[in-house]
Amino acid sequence: MARRAIPILKRLVQSSDNPVNVGLASRVDRTRSVTYMPRPGDGTPRAVTLIPGDGIGPLVTGAVEQVMAAMHAPVYFERYEIHGDMKSVPQEVMDSIKKNKVCLKGGLNTPVGGGVSSLNVQLRKELDLYASLVHCCNYPGLPTRHENVDIVVIRENTEGEYAGLEHEVVPGVVESLKVITKFCSERIAQYAFEYAYLNNRKKVTAVHKANIMKLADGLFLESCREVATKYPGIKYNEIIVDNCCMQLVAKPEQFDVMVTPNLYGNLVANTAAGIAGGTGVMPGGNVGADHAVFEQGASAGNVGNMKVLEQKKANPVALLLSSAMMLRHLRFPSFADRLESAVKRVISEGKNHTKDLGGNCTTQEVVDAVIAALD
Amino acid sequence: MASQIVRRVLRARASEIFAAQSATNPSSARVFSCFDRSLSSSAASGSHLIRATLFPGDGIGPEIAESVKQVFKAADVPIEWEEHYVGQEVDPRTQSFLTWESLESVRRNKVGLKGPMATPIGKGHRSLNLTLRKELNLYANVRPCYSLPGYKTRYDDVNLITIRENTEGEYSGLEHQVVRGVVESLKIITRQASLRVAEYAFHYAKTHGRDRVSAIHKANIMQKTDGLFLKCCREVAEKYPEIKYEEVVIDNCCMMLVKNPALFDVLVMPNLYGDIISDLCAGLIGGLGLTPSCNIGEGGIALAEAVHGSAPDIAGKNLANPTALMLSAVTMLRHLELHDKADRIQNAILNTIAEGKYRTADLGGSSSTTDFTKAIIDHL
Repeated sequence: MARRAIPILKRLVQSSDNPVNVGLASRVDRTRSVTYMPRPGDGTPRAVTLIPGDGIGPLVTGAVEQVMAAMHAPVYFERYEIHGDMKSVPQEVMDSIKKNKVCLKGGLNTPVGGGVSSLNVQLRKELDLYASLVHCCNYPGLPTRHENVDIVVIRENTEGEYAGLEHEVVPGVVESLKVITKFCSERIAQYAFEYAYLNNRKKVTAVHKANIMKLADGLFLESCREVATKYPGIKYNEIIVDNCCMQLVAKPEQFDVMVTPNLYGNLVANTAAGIAGGTGVMPGGNVGADHAVFEQGASAGNVGNMKVLEQKKANPVALLLSSAMMLRHLRFPSFADRLESAVKRVISEGKNHTKDLGGNCTTQEVVDAVIAALD
Repeated sequence: MASQIVRRVLRARASEIFAAQSATNPSSARVFSCFDRSLSSSAASGSHLIRATLFPGDGIGPEIAESVKQVFKAADVPIEWEEHYVGQEVDPRTQSFLTWESLESVRRNKVGLKGPMATPIGKGHRSLNLTLRKELNLYANVRPCYSLPGYKTRYDDVNLITIRENTEGEYSGLEHQVVRGVVESLKIITRQASLRVAEYAFHYAKTHGRDRVSAIHKANIMQKTDGLFLKCCREVAEKYPEIKYEEVVIDNCCMMLVKNPALFDVLVMPNLYGDIISDLCAGLIGGLGLTPSCNIGEGGIALAEAVHGSAPDIAGKNLANPTALMLSAVTMLRHLELHDKADRIQNAILNTIAEGKYRTADLGGSSSTTDFTKAIIDHL
């Protein structure tokens, strides 16, 4: 009897010795209670376009490649080099993305005031990736000032203030057009409510400034209200963007899914990412009817600065979690689960944090820790 | 009394002639230098009264305005209030409920304090804030945000000023429906307005001893519009070499503000970003009920205001928190260069809140407005 008891006792001692008792818990969590039954042939490796990008982009996409290889995930990457100061996205890259339908990219640095239009925006417009999603939530092990944050910001990605239609009327007076159409507002509202419905979310909040921009944001709100009537099980409310930012820093737990036009979405997503732990950790992506591009969720800091680049201390967590989202999008749920739980374990253990999370590790150390945490 | 009349005549004539510096004739008490860019107006002599326009406003406005008057009287501040109320009917000369006399009063006095005003819903008139802004040409909105010691929020080290361009940008109100289902809204940036607000920002930084000014923009996407704004800021920055100048993209700025607000000092922004960032900063320190605000207009006009709403549900019940209006009045005093009085009142307010014995309901206490006011007077 003692012999049979020894392994059980050993396991109990091990788990109680382990200060972060995640090992035992996640082993229980991870076993799926209902098996995912794939179609025959679903396991053939999928091609994914990989755009390393500028700045810390190559560093963090390299991290993703390493982790994918370690997991033997059924994806292989087709690399294409693009840099932010190119005039437009090369045709071969567009063809590759259209063929593969899924892309993973690092940040592209748009030169400020340089007369070069942003390649990020160009990519989104050409592939019609009309919804940008950022999931901001608290990760255990990451100290933040706010608790109970679990916000998904869904942002219209093609029109609004980023229409790029500017001109100089007379010297010293410049106009920029903000375009809002019913077609785009309706489809982003539809996406937001559908996302809430499919992911068991309870509330959708529309963010606007319709008290000042009555026609433009008024049209956006009208579309949201119409779609809300089709989803009676999901609560819907509206909030003005400046009040929204104030509430985000005071009481972020009141928000669930937020749907916004283009510019406000940028600000709200970065604010929400900041309160939940920083933009280096939040996953996100851009999705359209036919294609999807995954990248670091909130845009601030996705190119990094020189110091981070030289010391190779970029945070790969955001892109790793986005690639987990990509694996789910490609219908490889168990690989996605494994990757996500490994990354969460590394964050909660707290030993391998990069500089933006308060630690001092390099990207490579984080990658090694994630690979070690995979099972 | 004869000397008072003589002084008033001299003052009026001097302000007509646009006298150069206020250091000329100390006996003609308030000589306002009325340059376009002149913003620190007078060297007020202690004995003479400055006239200031007071708009108590609606809802809790009258109560908190009363608090401010009491505190100022107890502190011996040389200000004489000229009260104006929002009318009940639309004045055709201004197209709104504010009368022409009220606006003339502010133009004459150059200094004003405004309580919360509720814009009545309906058509045929301009919103009150819009009227004030357009008629008085209030081009910059200044909000100093600092953490109140003793009132704990999640952020303890906030100490920044947001300066927002108030006349153009995305809020020009020029929208139209192109075809059914397609709406265009114009965002306008002009060189003149951007230069004006940048000048004010750097001047403010210099006179208040701030060492950094950050321009917030989205010029990587909106290249011509925000690019013009940045160009104007850079031009002004060259004239103030002792002040550090940097440019921050707005999404970076939002993230840095919520992670580490101590990184920022003075922020200058176009209209829309300014609206959002200034409210975000107000949220960092505890909400609109504690945030002072001041609007600067052409000709050295300063209209301090409380940015919170008129709270009709607690109007008249002696529950309102006068802190925002009082801190705004302190900003007004600093604009008038009455720095010692401003410091005294500000310290009294901060000490009262820090002590924690007298706090109004929105700060978690249970004092009434009058108790809170008395506590501040006691602390003076």
